Amino acid sequence: MSVVFERTKLLTDKQFHYCPGCNHGIIHRLVAESIDELIQEGKLEAGNVMGVAPVGCSVFAYDYFNCDMYEAAHGRAPAVATGAKRARPGTLVFTYQGDGDLASIGTAEIVHAAHRGEKFVTIFVNNAIYGMTGGQMAPTTLVGQKTTTSPNGRDEAWCGAPIKISEMLSEIPGAYYIERCAVNTNANILKTKKAIKKAFQYQLDGKGFCLIEVLSTCPTNWGLSPVEAMTWLEENMIPYYPLGVKKDKGAE
Amino acid sequence: MALTLMKGSEAIAEAAIRAGARFFFGYPITPQTEIPEYMSARMPEVGGCFLQAESEVAAINMVYGAAGTGARVITSSSSPGVSLKQEGISYCAGAQLPCVILNVMRGGPGLGNIQASQADYFQGVKGGGNGDYHLLTYAPSSVQEAIDIMMFAFEKAEKYRMPVLFLADGIIAQMMEPVEMPEMVEYKVDPEKKPWACTGWKPGDDPAKRGVINSIYIDTKRGVINSIYIDTESLSIHNEHLQAIYKEAKANEQIWENYKTEDAEFIITAFGTVARIAKTAIDELREQGVKVGLFRPISVWPFPYDAMRETICRDQVKGVLDVEVNEGQMLEDVKLGLEGAKPVRFFGHLGSQFPTTDEIKSEILAMKEGK
Repeated sequence: MSVVFERTKLLTDKQFHYCPGCNHGIIHRLVAESIDELIQEGKLEAGNVMGVAPVGCSVFAYDYFNCDMYEAAHGRAPAVATGAKRARPGTLVFTYQGDGDLASIGTAEIVHAAHRGEKFVTIFVNNAIYGMTGGQMAPTTLVGQKTTTSPNGRDEAWCGAPIKISEMLSEIPGAYYIERCAVNTNANILKTKKAIKKAFQYQLDGKGFCLIEVLSTCPTNWGLSPVEAMTWLEENMIPYYPLGVKKDKGAE
Repeated sequence: MALTLMKGSEAIAEAAIRAGARFFFGYPITPQTEIPEYMSARMPEVGGCFLQAESEVAAINMVYGAAGTGARVITSSSSPGVSLKQEGISYCAGAQLPCVILNVMRGGPGLGNIQASQADYFQGVKGGGNGDYHLLTYAPSSVQEAIDIMMFAFEKAEKYRMPVLFLADGIIAQMMEPVEMPEMVEYKVDPEKKPWACTGWKPGDDPAKRGVINSIYIDTKRGVINSIYIDTESLSIHNEHLQAIYKEAKANEQIWENYKTEDAEFIITAFGTVARIAKTAIDELREQGVKVGLFRPISVWPFPYDAMRETICRDQVKGVLDVEVNEGQMLEDVKLGLEGAKPVRFFGHLGSQFPTTDEIKSEILAMKEGK
């Protein structure tokens, strides 16, 4: 019997710890598939891949991606990736970070990685909440959104409006390619895969900093079913965080 | 070999390169800025990498990233900057990453001042970051000694898989001294010798090719640079493993200097530049017939407790004078080691004032007179 479909080789056989309905599983798969395809296409030597996991829900990503991996301190993944990539410039390097990690405690590191035009790819998973610690307000939490630290809903006058990371980073001269995607529909999943693979290809071509923001659900901490969470993302997150290419120096 | 007159910071930087360091990540801060300045010009000449980070926080995490590939990596800073690095240092210790960190100490707390100080002894020796960890910590008292320590620092860091910290007061970095610079060491990452490093693993690779598995208790053949062990049992095993390493380092890595202690009735304990001032005071006191000697720890972690006891716990020794440019930080290790066997007096200055030979002499004379 011939094998028609199997787990991508860039994922280990470790069982994901993610909650039911969480989008991390889809996004992990897209990242791993993209790398595996580049290897199959002869564009990347197997073994020349290093990933950096964050602190947050995807803290154990080093167990799932089947390549050399780092587990970084909270928010510091871009600095770790900088050191790793500078030490092994021929390697494909990526960071995988959530919005608490990247958009809050790690803003200096991500801004300056983009500013220096570091040649690695950041996968930025934005679910508008701190997942791992149990649903606290993030810089990306929408106005009015209830969390355990904004029990009456996010008050813009008190703690500002949600930060738009992709738009912000696209203003930095060193950033090469920035796109915001979502994985709420099959069509969007395919678009996300295309964006991730394009970012990796840019890195292989020696281009500058690339970031793919992926809007994601958190049914557990949003207090919604997986299906309701997808609807909430579509109705609330996408209007505030519009999908699409924010910057693409390669297409200019 | 001819002696060269070099500024401490530049000599230390050059020694790091000669010891095989090819990656430097740092951030400007007085009084060590000459180190990144020197590195920025010198690293490209040897095919190395100098990168000015956006902060000390980022710099130490770049060290984490580069050291994870097995390269020899160094960062330098001064006290407030080293405080910022503590998070990353704790992660390097947890992930067992060999690397070298230079602290050119200045006055504190907070912004303090920019003059030389010894006030980061506690931070360096007792652990500045979170968790049960130690760093191999050296306190050079001359530019030459800083060079000589650098030449074995990376080897020690790699042998024990732990970061090495230099506790150098600002004077060591800022003064010029004639030095003998060693020959360049050729260093290349050898995946066989560093099976834990991210040197390029791919699915299907024969695990045996990597030598041993990543660590004693995690069944992965990939390079995984990590300090999280989420269940209590594995964190316990990890920490016991670290403690076993520290025990071995304590047994093998204590270094110290005895100066005129053989017949001494009074022993001065001091580290770094203060120890040199003490030597002059000792020579002058001996001209007056006062028998004084110096015990100087060079490794302040592991602290040479046994050697100190052997030097001091002798019948003819009447007392100990501990001299530091802080409020008495190493003093705690001196007292801990002596366990009350001899009276210990402290003399120190705060705010970066260094003790003079006259001040040290009058302290010893006061002790002699029983004051």
